[in-house]
Amino acid sequence: MTRVTLDQLLVDIPSRKLHPSQALSLQFEPGDTWAILGPNGVGKTTLLHTLAGLKEPRQGSVWLGQANLRHVHRLQIAQQVGIMFQEHHDGFPATVFENALMGRFPHLSPWEMETEQDVALAQKALAELDLEHLSQRSLSSLSGGERQRSALATLLTQQPDVWLVDEPTNHLDLHHQVAAMALLTQQAKQNSTVIMTLHDVNIAAQWCSHVLLLYEDAPARFGPTDALLTKANLEPLYKQTLSLTTVQGRSFFVPDIGRF
Amino acid sequence: MLSITQGSVALSLKTIWLVLLDQASPLHHTLVMDLRLPRALAGFATGGLLALAGALMQILLRNPLADPYVLGVSGGASVATLLAMLMAVTGLMLSAMAFLGALISTLLVFCLARRVGSNSTMRLLLTGVVIASGWGALITLILALAPKDQLPSMLYWLMGDLAYARMPWLAWLVLVPVCLVLLPLGRSLNVLARGPLQAAALGINVVRLERSVFLVASLLTAVAVTTAGSIGFVGLVVPHILRLILGNDQRVILPTSALAGGCLVTLADTLARTVIAPEQLPVGVITALLGVPTFLYLLHRGRL
Repeated sequence: MTRVTLDQLLVDIPSRKLHPSQALSLQFEPGDTWAILGPNGVGKTTLLHTLAGLKEPRQGSVWLGQANLRHVHRLQIAQQVGIMFQEHHDGFPATVFENALMGRFPHLSPWEMETEQDVALAQKALAELDLEHLSQRSLSSLSGGERQRSALATLLTQQPDVWLVDEPTNHLDLHHQVAAMALLTQQAKQNSTVIMTLHDVNIAAQWCSHVLLLYEDAPARFGPTDALLTKANLEPLYKQTLSLTTVQGRSFFVPDIGRF
Repeated sequence: MLSITQGSVALSLKTIWLVLLDQASPLHHTLVMDLRLPRALAGFATGGLLALAGALMQILLRNPLADPYVLGVSGGASVATLLAMLMAVTGLMLSAMAFLGALISTLLVFCLARRVGSNSTMRLLLTGVVIASGWGALITLILALAPKDQLPSMLYWLMGDLAYARMPWLAWLVLVPVCLVLLPLGRSLNVLARGPLQAAALGINVVRLERSVFLVASLLTAVAVTTAGSIGFVGLVVPHILRLILGNDQRVILPTSALAGGCLVTLADTLARTVIAPEQLPVGVITALLGVPTFLYLLHRGRL
């Protein structure tokens, strides 16, 4: 149950000029599911890293509950904030189970061994992500989608209050996309704060309660999904004309491909 | 045990027992207490240090080909020692020079790699490799210029040789505490092995941990090189073999590396003393001869 507050925040992207009017001031409330949308390179991932305290902001501050993130110890951040990265580097060999159990790291003191509860949490996470049968496999032998689910399992084992997820549906087939999004919205229902970047507007429209639209050359817009996801907002966001269609009562945005 | 009984003069277990009880002949007493026991102890500790340093370097650089010498620690020690030999320095001073050389090389790499921005492992690796080849050139230069009568002892030192190991206590004094300190750090190292970004996300102060690992691994290597010259392949092969057998948990790998590395070098040294007894081979030759085929076999099986 941790609220994340941004105060006049400008993220630090070396190659990009940001106008002061693009500074972000908003609150991510527990129970909400946020999608960060925007064109490639606008700084969605950098914003997530800044929220996790892995990157210093260029200006402004991030507040975790009542504490300025800058003054919170790394380990204490990790006890409350979990982040899943977009790219999964191989690192050294490890099994899927070992990788999931790693999520307990922030909660254990150096001399403590993992308890049965920790192991049970990791196993439960693997089961929820359909990975039980792969638990003893080496990470490097997995497919892209399996690796993505394995990273989500680590995050689930970590049990953070604040979930920062970079492109959760990357590499996933349609079934596992639905499963992953259901898992994330489930966390929000249990009063976590869930913030994710997405490149698929329609997934945001179906699953997220709030959206944050990051424009390249204009101030960001944010608020409840239904109010924000309109053609008028999205077309300038992606610099792409869109058509709106309805399937089973739900809106879908489809890019116009007429000029190609 | 084997390393104490075997040698140019074979001793029975009973003789050794008598020596320990102080009831044996003076010759046997000297042989065991002054020659073989210190040498076996030094060999074991050196092997332990090297294997541990290798395991740490491999995690630090996240590169399975890293060994304790990859960042130039032994190069610095070698140059210092060879220079000392040229100046006819002997005994303890020679060891001190080796240690000094190793430390200078470590600090050189550390400062150069740290200078520009963050201390990324790639920069560390490249700096270390370049410095190491710089030392290599200096070693060749010294060997080329050295007087002929000094060449054999220089080459022996470069190949790793326990015959000069006078100070097993120094190696043990470093090995045992480092093992104890590493135990609670095992899980942090497991997380670090998943990559620096992931480690930071799970609450690790990556820069501090990486620097400590680098300095500790270099210290271990420096002490090993000081004790016995540069013995190849122990630090590379031992952690790999153990990973294949025991999995990836550093809390298991690190202490067993120390033990297995110790056993390997003690055995290799015993072989080195007995194969062409009473002549002795440099122990580095034996470890390399054992290590190269083992490593190639593992590579061939596709398990690395």
